Amino acid sequence: MTESLYQEIILEHYKHPHHKGLRDPFDVEVHHVNPTCGDEVTLRVKVNGGVVEDVSYDGHGCSISQASTSVMTDLVIGKPVDDALTTHEAFLELMHSRGQLEPDEDLLEDGIAFAGVSKYPARVKCALLGWMAWKDATSQALSSDQKKDTA
Amino acid sequence: MPFDVEVVRKDFPVLSREVNGAPLVYLDSASSSHKPTPVLDAERQFVEQHYSNVHRGVHTLSQEATDAYESARSTVASFIGGAHDEVVFTKNVTESVNLVAYALGNRGDLGPGDEICVTEMEHHSNLVPWQMLAQRTGATLRWLGLTDEGRLDLSDLDAVVNERTKLFAFTQVSNLLGTENDVATLVARAKEVGALTLVDGAQAVPHQPVDVRSLDVDFYAFTGHKMLAPSGVGVLWGRDLDALPPFMGGGSMIETVQMTGSTYAPAPERFEAGTPVISQAVALAAACDYLDALGLDNIKAHENALTARLLDGIRDLRGVSVLGPDTTEMRGSAVSFVVEGVHPHDVGQSLDELGIAVRVGHHCAAPVCRRFGVPATARASSYVYNNEADIDALLEGIQRVQEFWSA
Repeated sequence: MTESLYQEIILEHYKHPHHKGLRDPFDVEVHHVNPTCGDEVTLRVKVNGGVVEDVSYDGHGCSISQASTSVMTDLVIGKPVDDALTTHEAFLELMHSRGQLEPDEDLLEDGIAFAGVSKYPARVKCALLGWMAWKDATSQALSSDQKKDTA
Repeated sequence: MPFDVEVVRKDFPVLSREVNGAPLVYLDSASSSHKPTPVLDAERQFVEQHYSNVHRGVHTLSQEATDAYESARSTVASFIGGAHDEVVFTKNVTESVNLVAYALGNRGDLGPGDEICVTEMEHHSNLVPWQMLAQRTGATLRWLGLTDEGRLDLSDLDAVVNERTKLFAFTQVSNLLGTENDVATLVARAKEVGALTLVDGAQAVPHQPVDVRSLDVDFYAFTGHKMLAPSGVGVLWGRDLDALPPFMGGGSMIETVQMTGSTYAPAPERFEAGTPVISQAVALAAACDYLDALGLDNIKAHENALTARLLDGIRDLRGVSVLGPDTTEMRGSAVSFVVEGVHPHDVGQSLDELGIAVRVGHHCAAPVCRRFGVPATARASSYVYNNEADIDALLEGIQRVQEFWSA
């Protein structure tokens, strides 16, 4: 049933999410919702010296949104912010590909399991919930960093 | 003529298609219904042979189109026990409710100290317009809460609907819980305090006989696309529409227009600014005729049997629970359920793989989900064209979903 959508990797991350739970210290906390289905995520980001030091989160939602957020934390924690943003872009592009893109496994690792989700437009927003929250929180963290630098 | 669902099904070509390699099982009519061939034929025949703009010309087609449109208004009015001039064609229930909210606001009915009352089970279309009206006027919004069974909690009805209440708006049948409210009790209390009443009949009119005069309400709203008609046409019935000022200004709704100001046409034209939904209104009348021919009592009995079969079936499944009344007593055919350990979106997606269409999410009634502590539900809703095989397919499908997600 639904093999192309519910890949084993997605089910695994859903049942055993990585980096879940809100942690200190953090620079910015954001709360994002998917208004069509009520899925919610609260996400914290700690950036230090241009590196994503930690991402922690809590929330509730479908398997796609929960697994995707778990995979995202694996991909961005410990990475330079610029590299993490590149990964973010690649995942975004994959999600908007309507199944027409061959994903880059070196870049997206477990994220390639979501290639099938892009064929289900109603579920793309689920897959992007955590990723958009991370982008939002990271942008805020960077801009408040810049303000400190120029102060 | 006895009601025969297999005969009815022949009027709905979509039911013979497959989805994901399985025969379509369409259990999402509370969201939007399919359209039978006679309704589609009526709309097509009108557009092909009689179409023109209405209320504007002297040429033959203009007259024929106007006659068809106004005759549709009469058909729709008598379908709910109303009169021709009491029916306004709108876009949907949302527009019908907004029409009343803006007109009451424009008339100056509400101000600080006044109250508007709703219930916790409202569709957003019968909640958000009142929140906005309260915000514009300084009035206070109050609401009746829900019991654990998904009924209205009437223990504080007299406190919530009180002398300050100017308008009491509530749904006849909940789109999420399936609960049918006791309109008579609610209207009686509103009348005691002199409040106007507006009833959202979106989930009632398609499924059961409705008579606005015996309900004794002031305003009644429903929509075409949930009752075998096209989307784009809704209805507002009002007891005394001429007492209300306009909502939207524009063509058709005027009497005289000068650069310095205008006077307005009587109801219902006053509330139909611009070119209205013409062919959709004609199709809605055809849908009323179709439903009348089947018999609303027959339809209600048919749906009750399916709802009972579904509720009984779910009761026998471990780890599946229903939000809302557990019997068909004072209940519509929408059944919201939660599968333990599986998010409703995943339930819906997995059922779709089996060709079964249910709605998932908060069903535009987010406060109900919050009340019951769930982010969303899956909802199956049956209509005239559903049969026992559809219900059995769903029950079997739910078990397959459970197997997949517990593996």
